[in-house]
Amino acid sequence: MSSAIAPKLSGAAAHPIRSYPKFLWWGLGQATNGGLLFYLWMFVLTAIALVGANAWAVQVANGMIVTNMTDHVSWGLYIANFTFMVGVAAGGVMMVIPAYLYHDKKMHDVVIIGEMLAIAAIVMCLLFVVADLGRPERFWHLIPGIGRFNWPMSMLTWDVIVLNGYLLLNLHICGYLLYMRFLDRQPNNWWYVPFVWASVFWAISIHTVTAFLYCGLGGRPFWNTALLAPRFLASAFVAGPAFILILFAIIQRVTGEKIDDGPRRLLINIIRVTVVVNLLMVVSEVFTEFYTGGGHTASARYLFLGLHGHNALVPWIWTAMAFNVVSAGLFLSPLVMRYSTVLIVACVLAFIGAWIEKGMGLIVPGFIPSTLHEIVEYTPSLAEWKISAGIWALGLMVLTILLKMSMAVISTSSKPAMPENL
Amino acid sequence: MPILNQPPTRRTALKAAGAALGLAAFGKAISPLWSIPENVSTDEFLQQHYKELTDEDKRKVFERLEAETKELHGASVTISDPKPIPGVRYGYAINLSKCNGNGACMEACNKENNHHRGVDQSYIRVLEMSKGSMDMEEGNTTYDHTVPQDDKYYMPVQCQQCDNPPCVTVCPVEATWKEDDGIVVVDYNWCIGCRYCEAACPYHARRFNWEEPEIPSDEVNPDQGYLSNRIRPQGTMEKCHFCLHRTREGRLPACLEACPTGARMFGDLNDPDSDINWVLKNKRVFVLKEDLGTQPSFFYFFDS
Ligand code: SF4
Ligand code: SF4
Repeated sequence: MSSAIAPKLSGAAAHPIRSYPKFLWWGLGQATNGGLLFYLWMFVLTAIALVGANAWAVQVANGMIVTNMTDHVSWGLYIANFTFMVGVAAGGVMMVIPAYLYHDKKMHDVVIIGEMLAIAAIVMCLLFVVADLGRPERFWHLIPGIGRFNWPMSMLTWDVIVLNGYLLLNLHICGYLLYMRFLDRQPNNWWYVPFVWASVFWAISIHTVTAFLYCGLGGRPFWNTALLAPRFLASAFVAGPAFILILFAIIQRVTGEKIDDGPRRLLINIIRVTVVVNLLMVVSEVFTEFYTGGGHTASARYLFLGLHGHNALVPWIWTAMAFNVVSAGLFLSPLVMRYSTVLIVACVLAFIGAWIEKGMGLIVPGFIPSTLHEIVEYTPSLAEWKISAGIWALGLMVLTILLKMSMAVISTSSKPAMPENL
Repeated sequence: MPILNQPPTRRTALKAAGAALGLAAFGKAISPLWSIPENVSTDEFLQQHYKELTDEDKRKVFERLEAETKELHGASVTISDPKPIPGVRYGYAINLSKCNGNGACMEACNKENNHHRGVDQSYIRVLEMSKGSMDMEEGNTTYDHTVPQDDKYYMPVQCQQCDNPPCVTVCPVEATWKEDDGIVVVDYNWCIGCRYCEAACPYHARRFNWEEPEIPSDEVNPDQGYLSNRIRPQGTMEKCHFCLHRTREGRLPACLEACPTGARMFGDLNDPDSDINWVLKNKRVFVLKEDLGTQPSFFYFFDS
């Protein structure tokens, strides 16, 4: 952070509320400073995001017919990505628990990375939902007070509440802590500790509610299993930390700053547990599906083996299975601790494996065969790929900017990222 | 702004240029959106939920919709809003021994309900089933041979107007609900198009308007109900409504009238003398997927 100039605001000179916009502006300025590589990165992301924005505008103008979804498979790539990103958001706070529950000081400096990841992931989730609406201009019907909010009956309204709540919580926590550090002040525990605790439970709730969205539907046997929510959580707590480990490696590369070994080890240990739990649950589910047989197995058979000659998802799910098993093997071996390349490979495999399994491998087979047992297959259209890539690019832009802002604050301040007196 | 510590250097100038360029590119990227104001008027955008409309509001809405239909489809139509008849609760039954899979019901549905002509859309699907099996997995809806086949029987499926409808439970904005006479309806002007109800329905009874519906102007059915067969806007959900613009006025559903075999029975479940009650009393009826607890008002039976 050579370009970081220490903020002139300090102590009593700054008004704690009025200076906040200035802090944001300063952070934004810092976040948009960087080397050639940074500008290239942001340029590429912007280009992809623009392609996505254009595809979305075309979709709104021409209607959902530009997607390949049908009355048979009425949710596709958007909702698949949405489901997966909710998991990443939930997994992002995995470091909050050790940092606060076990007063692990070493975690304090990196916990903010997880929260930034959560913010970017939730922004992506909301965008994926908007992209999936047939009438996005009617989104206001969903706003409590002016619309008609089917609460508490609809799980989708619950999801809207918990996702937005989670976004606000994380924005508040990160914003407050960084701002205090920017002002060189001691954060007031009352202003954030309760929110930190809330965010931990909230992280679990966002993913549970998202699972309930599917497992509450009696007409779709593939989803209608009590294991769905725990399975979601387990894979979220693999994918989230795996992504953070990749981020660590990138940050270390780019900034040259050494990130402490403690957090890394802790994340690997978290994954070691959750990866095994996740595999165990997948095995239980596959067992109950296939050992009993019968009509309820049709979707699982379609997914894993193909059904009546239809097998579009078979290569996908076996790729995911292979990735999951290999990454689990790598995570459980001592190699991940010793060689960073092995760790990165394991993380990438775990992340992609979870993306396929929780995305296309979960949403699409829920619709195939349909409730009247017709088989209509689905492959996303080019428009769907463009919009999804655009949302991913935008999410990565948000994440990059947030991380650069926070690193600018941290590197210009003498205090640790988190107060030590918890 | 000295406090920002960012003197106007070359870097800031470049950033500003970059931001301006980005914004311009963004404006260009989303330019297809500018065509929308033509499709969505302010009145439509601000329209309240059906249940919040006063009679005066409704009159204006219906007038607007009639004018739009004239403009878009070249047809003069009247949009009405028949209310449930107090004390009436509708039920439908199908005699599977009589249904021979000829598909006249689907065709009638398509015409009556102003379905998009491009896709042969209908609220009804007729499954061809193997004799000796109730397993829908053995069924097929895409047959094009002559009917009936000797080793098959035929099972029409449409909205079952469930008493415990999962589609209504899941709708996040209450765009779909159950009326007093048991008919589950959709406010096409309130639905946000999330398709959650379509995922929740166990009978594949809901249809989404992926495309702008196209109907030759001389084929538009001018007798339209706001909650039933008016031409649905693109991007919203629709479904069978037991032809409420007919049945609430004492007529029969279009699919029943079109059925050449007399397999269909419709009527008031609360009226002891109705056809439907005769069926319930004298036949051994069953409902589809009873184990799901949806409690359909749609019954099936065999003769003999
Ligand atoms: S059949 Fe489907 S659409 Fe009709 S009421 Fe039941 S759940 Fe709703
Ligand atoms: S598609 Fe429309 S009617 Fe169906 S759940 Fe969504 S908002 Fe409700």
